[in-house]
Amino acid sequence: MKRPHDASRRRFLKVFGTATGALVVGLPAFAWTPDQLLGQNLFRLGPYVRIEPDGTTVIGARDPEVGQGIRTAEARILAEELDADWPRVIVEPLDLGVTNAGGEPHWAYGHQMASGSTSVPAAWNDLRNVGAATRELLLRAAAAHWKTGVANLRTSRGVVIAADGRKLGYGELAEAASKLKPANAAPQPKTPAQYVLIGQDAGDVDARDIVTGRQHYAIDDWFGDALVAVVAHCPWPGGKLAHLDDAAALKVKGVEKVMTIPAPDPARALGTQQLAAGVAVLASDTWIALQALAKLDLRWQPGTQAAQGDEALADAAATAFAADPAKAVRTDGDFAEAIKRAPHKFAADYRFATVAHADLEPPNALVRVDNQQALIVAPVQNPRATFDTVRRLTGLPPDKITIRLPRAGGGFGRFLETDYVAEAVMLAKAAGKPIKLMWTRAEAFAHDTYRPFSVHKLEACADRKRSLTGWTHRIASTSRLAGREPRARWWLSEMHPDDLPAGLVGNLQYAWFALDSALPRGSYRASSHAVNAFATECFLDEIAHQLKLDALKFRLALLGEPRKLPYRGHGGPVLDTGRLAWVLQLAADAIGWSKPHPQGHGFGLACHFTFGGYVAHAVEVSMEKSRLVIHNVVCAADLGRVVNPLGARAALLGATLDGFSTALRERITLKDGRIVQQGFKDYPLATMAQMPHDVQVILVPSQEHPAGAFDMGFPSAAPALANAIFAGTTVRVRQLPLWAEFMRLL
Amino acid sequence: MPQIPQTPPAGIAPEPIRSGIDCTINGKHFRHTGDPGLPLLWYLRDVLRLTGCKYGCDDASCGACSVLVDGTLKRACTLPMQDLAGGAITTIEGLAGGDGSLHPVQQAWIDEDAVLCGYCQSGQIMAAVALLARKPKPSDADIDAIGNLCRCGSYPHIRRAIHRAADTLRDKAK
Repeated sequence: MKRPHDASRRRFLKVFGTATGALVVGLPAFAWTPDQLLGQNLFRLGPYVRIEPDGTTVIGARDPEVGQGIRTAEARILAEELDADWPRVIVEPLDLGVTNAGGEPHWAYGHQMASGSTSVPAAWNDLRNVGAATRELLLRAAAAHWKTGVANLRTSRGVVIAADGRKLGYGELAEAASKLKPANAAPQPKTPAQYVLIGQDAGDVDARDIVTGRQHYAIDDWFGDALVAVVAHCPWPGGKLAHLDDAAALKVKGVEKVMTIPAPDPARALGTQQLAAGVAVLASDTWIALQALAKLDLRWQPGTQAAQGDEALADAAATAFAADPAKAVRTDGDFAEAIKRAPHKFAADYRFATVAHADLEPPNALVRVDNQQALIVAPVQNPRATFDTVRRLTGLPPDKITIRLPRAGGGFGRFLETDYVAEAVMLAKAAGKPIKLMWTRAEAFAHDTYRPFSVHKLEACADRKRSLTGWTHRIASTSRLAGREPRARWWLSEMHPDDLPAGLVGNLQYAWFALDSALPRGSYRASSHAVNAFATECFLDEIAHQLKLDALKFRLALLGEPRKLPYRGHGGPVLDTGRLAWVLQLAADAIGWSKPHPQGHGFGLACHFTFGGYVAHAVEVSMEKSRLVIHNVVCAADLGRVVNPLGARAALLGATLDGFSTALRERITLKDGRIVQQGFKDYPLATMAQMPHDVQVILVPSQEHPAGAFDMGFPSAAPALANAIFAGTTVRVRQLPLWAEFMRLL
Repeated sequence: MPQIPQTPPAGIAPEPIRSGIDCTINGKHFRHTGDPGLPLLWYLRDVLRLTGCKYGCDDASCGACSVLVDGTLKRACTLPMQDLAGGAITTIEGLAGGDGSLHPVQQAWIDEDAVLCGYCQSGQIMAAVALLARKPKPSDADIDAIGNLCRCGSYPHIRRAIHRAADTLRDKAK
């Protein structure tokens, strides 16, 4: 089918850009009227739907696409309720929806963020109403045309059908429908039995553009009068520029300016400003700018707090554990008393290296800013935070700031930050010209918001029946909230009081200890769930082994009768032990857990509850000389209702492989207070040869509210791999990355 | 009929023909008259605005900028224009037919939904095209040897897509 792609994109953006008053108001969804959802004019609907006379249906996707498949999933949700003809649907990204409410921003489109697998749950609440309300207008237009009642009509694949079989396409009805006033109450959404799109596979809506090279990421956009800016940042955290001689750089033909970026303001939160002091070269193209950058004579003065490597942080953790915790996260029963009497006692320490995001698309931003307006094109996961940063730096009214949301080349938490956008805005303001900021790969590794380093001390005890009676988990970590939130809140990102086995073991202690580091930290794929699940699931495996119990039966016995435990964190309000046990059983069955295992092959299991999703992994490995072969991987997931199974399977598969990659070889190290890693040669992402040929993804059919998918497949992948390695080799690795340590112990 | 003068009026000196590096990109002739050391990556992206060739690194370690030069797979980030005189370059934009019909490898990528974030995929596709030209029936080890990086973990999709494209190309050849 011919897609009027470029033409619609331009028209669409123009239309909703001027449709003031025709936009969605705010959450919660039940407070919206169809009028607010759709605007007054169907022919030129608000942000979410536009139906053209030829029946082409353009759906606006509001959340940033970072590879999680949200554009496809959102459009499927809306198209389902609209009964749209999917082959004639075009999905276009929306900008950040913001209007000016007395000088303050008003978020016009509701949820717009790629973080914590929240987009699909939010879209489920909102976008079904948009689709249903649009369909209701089309039905009424058809009823008026045929002079019949709406009750005599039905819809299917973009067509209204009368009882006698007459048909009118949505495109034919669009103009008439646009003159109708939407009903005051949102129509009832479909019942699940009526679904024709939800629950069915849909390929990524951008796939054709991606495979033809036409898909524009932020890095691919350009303004004709923009200058390319490349930056050298101070390699020492908190440091500043000590010397700059730019004479040689300025002699390079095509170089326009050399500008400095000041050191970050210590009083301002991390992530809302530049990460480090820097010097930028502004030139007519990237290559000229890079050559001139290399000609700068630069000296930096290190900051007052030296960045510490993982070895020094491990020493600091030992000291921290000797003192009282910064936060007693949870205390049930009396662990000290329980372990005193217990016949079986267990203890292990786990350790997790600092890791980088390593998105294939490096930080970049295209910015046009003057005293009237600002336009930002950047890889963005948190558009409102980006908006806040731009607003602070420009002082512009909210409706004069446009944040585009192009597809991003990964994200994984890096693009929740706005440091690179802040840099581009500062440079554009000072230069008086649009700026295309480009970070090199080396800068992206040297200036990230890294996953925190952490040390975990675990102890447990079991009674004579070999049931767990006590559990402690103590974590010392460089909280990612440091520099962002008051110290009293730092524990919140590091440890979740209701994570299992809390609620399953009578005498339980969770405690958190603070470590300080000058390196900026941030959210990385499922955040602390990943490392906490690794420590918990590997320690459970160790205990089962020492008690000579089958790791599956041990875990199932621990989970016990299906019941709902309170869960206060993201993904709550409850954690259903039965749903977790079920995915664990499914994964174990699919990998052949209880069948005879091939000689020399190790099998491992792990499961975790993340952001409302229940996921278990089962992994089968063997060693061929010094090569690890991952033969089989099963990922079983209960994510509630799944909007697009193809997309959910891809997300879970991808998260599994990235979980393995991060666990095997990824590590940021320091030398003389500077980050060593400059590229993929010394930060080895997993290659195809090291990864399994497939991951068998099992999705549990569910009528529960959708939970999203992107992060859930990450936390249990690595511990299942480590448990399989132990089963195959008897080598227990208690740190990540595990490869070097595994080779040392083997 | 009066003849139209064939030479410019006196006082307008014609610009001399500029020397440069001649090459063909996706079937079109280009002459690069700038820095001979300019990497092909930036010529494609910054000069021609062919942005399907992606920047991922500067040391040919990720493969996001993979292109074909005279049918051979190259990484454009470390390939200076001076090495391309007379060369025929194919980028992701040049794979599909002029009528918009997709190359079998591109179609296989869609059929296997080998996307995720998609940033590395144009390089992965070019690497697959080069592999299948050399080995119409590649083994898994041949596919492993491509070595292009994907942070999202789409490798199993890519592997399936390459096998699928190989089947399609062999069927076509029959």
